[in-house]
Amino acid sequence: MAQTITQKILAQHANRSRVTPGENIWIDVDILMTHDVCGPPTIGIFKREFGETAKVLDKEKLVILPDHYIFTEDPHAMRNIEILREFAREHDLPHYFDVGTSRYKGVCHVALAEEGFNRPGNVLFGTDSHTCTSGAFGLFSTGVGNTDAALIMGTGKIWVKVPETMRFVFEGDLPPYLMAKDLILSVIGDIGFEGGTYKTLEFDGKAVFDLSMEERMTLTNMAIEAGGKNGIIAPDEKTFDYVRSRTDATFDPVYGDAGATYFSERIYDVSTMEPVVAKPHRPDNLAKVSEVAGTKLDRAYIGSCTGGKIEDFMAAASILEGNEVRVDTFVVPASSEVTRQLRERTMNGKTIWQVFLDAGCKMGHASCGACLGGPIDTFGRTHGTEVVISTTNRNFPGRMGSKASAIYLASPLTVAASAIHGTITDPREVLV
Amino acid sequence: MKDFIQGKAYVVGDSIDTDQIIPAVHLVYSLTVPEERQFYGRYALCGLPEGQQGLPVGNVPFTQPDQFKSDFTFIIAGSNFGCGSSREHAPFALQEAGAEVVIAESYARIFYRNAVDGGFVIPFESRVRLIEQIKTGDELELDTTTGVLTNKTSGETFLLNPLGDVAEILKCGNVFEYARRAGLMA
Ligand code: SF4
Repeated sequence: MAQTITQKILAQHANRSRVTPGENIWIDVDILMTHDVCGPPTIGIFKREFGETAKVLDKEKLVILPDHYIFTEDPHAMRNIEILREFAREHDLPHYFDVGTSRYKGVCHVALAEEGFNRPGNVLFGTDSHTCTSGAFGLFSTGVGNTDAALIMGTGKIWVKVPETMRFVFEGDLPPYLMAKDLILSVIGDIGFEGGTYKTLEFDGKAVFDLSMEERMTLTNMAIEAGGKNGIIAPDEKTFDYVRSRTDATFDPVYGDAGATYFSERIYDVSTMEPVVAKPHRPDNLAKVSEVAGTKLDRAYIGSCTGGKIEDFMAAASILEGNEVRVDTFVVPASSEVTRQLRERTMNGKTIWQVFLDAGCKMGHASCGACLGGPIDTFGRTHGTEVVISTTNRNFPGRMGSKASAIYLASPLTVAASAIHGTITDPREVLV
Repeated sequence: MKDFIQGKAYVVGDSIDTDQIIPAVHLVYSLTVPEERQFYGRYALCGLPEGQQGLPVGNVPFTQPDQFKSDFTFIIAGSNFGCGSSREHAPFALQEAGAEVVIAESYARIFYRNAVDGGFVIPFESRVRLIEQIKTGDELELDTTTGVLTNKTSGETFLLNPLGDVAEILKCGNVFEYARRAGLMA
């Protein structure tokens, strides 16, 4: 019987020819990722269950990327990094990317891509809900807790329930004022933020394959905001080029069968879609930018795994160049590589970094920053009743720090257009 | 897993995300050092807006500000409980505060999985919207084998959905024991 790409990857990793949605299976895991918030408790559970001196099953498959609480004075947060460092030393881990060294990367999901750990056909688990981001490369990836991660560390295996697949087909040509963020916010608004619970969100159609790998990552990143288990996009030549430029590792691409059964299918014509936002305090609280235009803002924020990649900043810079922001605008690159590119790439003879500085933005260090609030001294964190427009992925109460602040989620183009006006602004008004 | 659980109900709304269950600023505490882990009990559910703390009236902290343990054993929730981040600190914090059971209309999958695999709290699903029928402070009794929930304060009973496949893991205590029985670890 015909199977979806997700079923086929899971079946291969369970040593089976086919699996059916709803069944629980044990599968082999190719890569396990953890970070500074969930790594230390994962290590604690690993030692409790496998013994103080137990070895991780396969060092090559463990990737540890501190990224969440990095640029803070918080002593407990610093202690967590020390635990990771010690564990990496003890186990001589090849893929630990320590803070304060040239190996430091930044936000885990972006770093996984940059370092070539997202390989088509693979199974990747991470102790972070946005691990679904990696699915942009045609692999099965999802977030788990510390207990599951500790089990994978010790056995290389985990149980999963095979998900049903919801298919989203994007047809047409993407207009220059839209970004992947507009597409995924529209999907989440349409199905509701539990509309995809336990399910795979598979993205397909010409407009998806026209997107760059970074933009595809923006789509899969937010599958979890609809409750999805994983987001996935079949691999193509762009995928292979990206992966091959980052790793020598071999991989076997997997594709869905024609005639596979989908739980549902939605078709969008991107040429008729509009810039959108998610209003406070839910990612599915969808509105067209035109419906909320003029809303007064206190702050803009550009950063995170979903909105802090180099293309996100290039898009924002295209609007900020030659303009000045009217509200505090915080810029937080997702990774060290993004920072480097901001300092290398140019626009009208200036580096992108300089474009942001000249526009009056405040520049932060590569990390999760205020995307999840974090310790009190975190760059860009809210502390009062700020109204913020942000390229991040969540706007629950307190997500960026203060329970009283209100977060609008939008594309980098919309955030930049809004920053220079101090009010929510449709990017079509400023793009020429 | 105990056969009978009794205690007080704490009622919350829909889509309670993990930032409301345990705000990110508190995730720095160790989960193993006893003096630190108790703070997860203190701050459990402190991210709820005041008006949403303990429905229908609100303004009832789950754990009193100077305490580490909560008076409440049952969390009664609407749909999509535990959405948001993958932090296992969320079900852990509820357990650390002394809660044993969550009864929600539906769950976000990572929270559900963490609750089960770590053996922190038992996640039951209700068939009806209990948050409109049970009040914070009501005395409840649950038979985990039959799924019969009795509200001793009102005298009403409700039948919850069966736990299904995950009952096996809950009976083992956590996923490690389950994996051992499946022959996957020593
Ligand atoms: S940038 Fe935000 S969403 Fe992404 S991993 Fe960090 S905290 Fe999570």
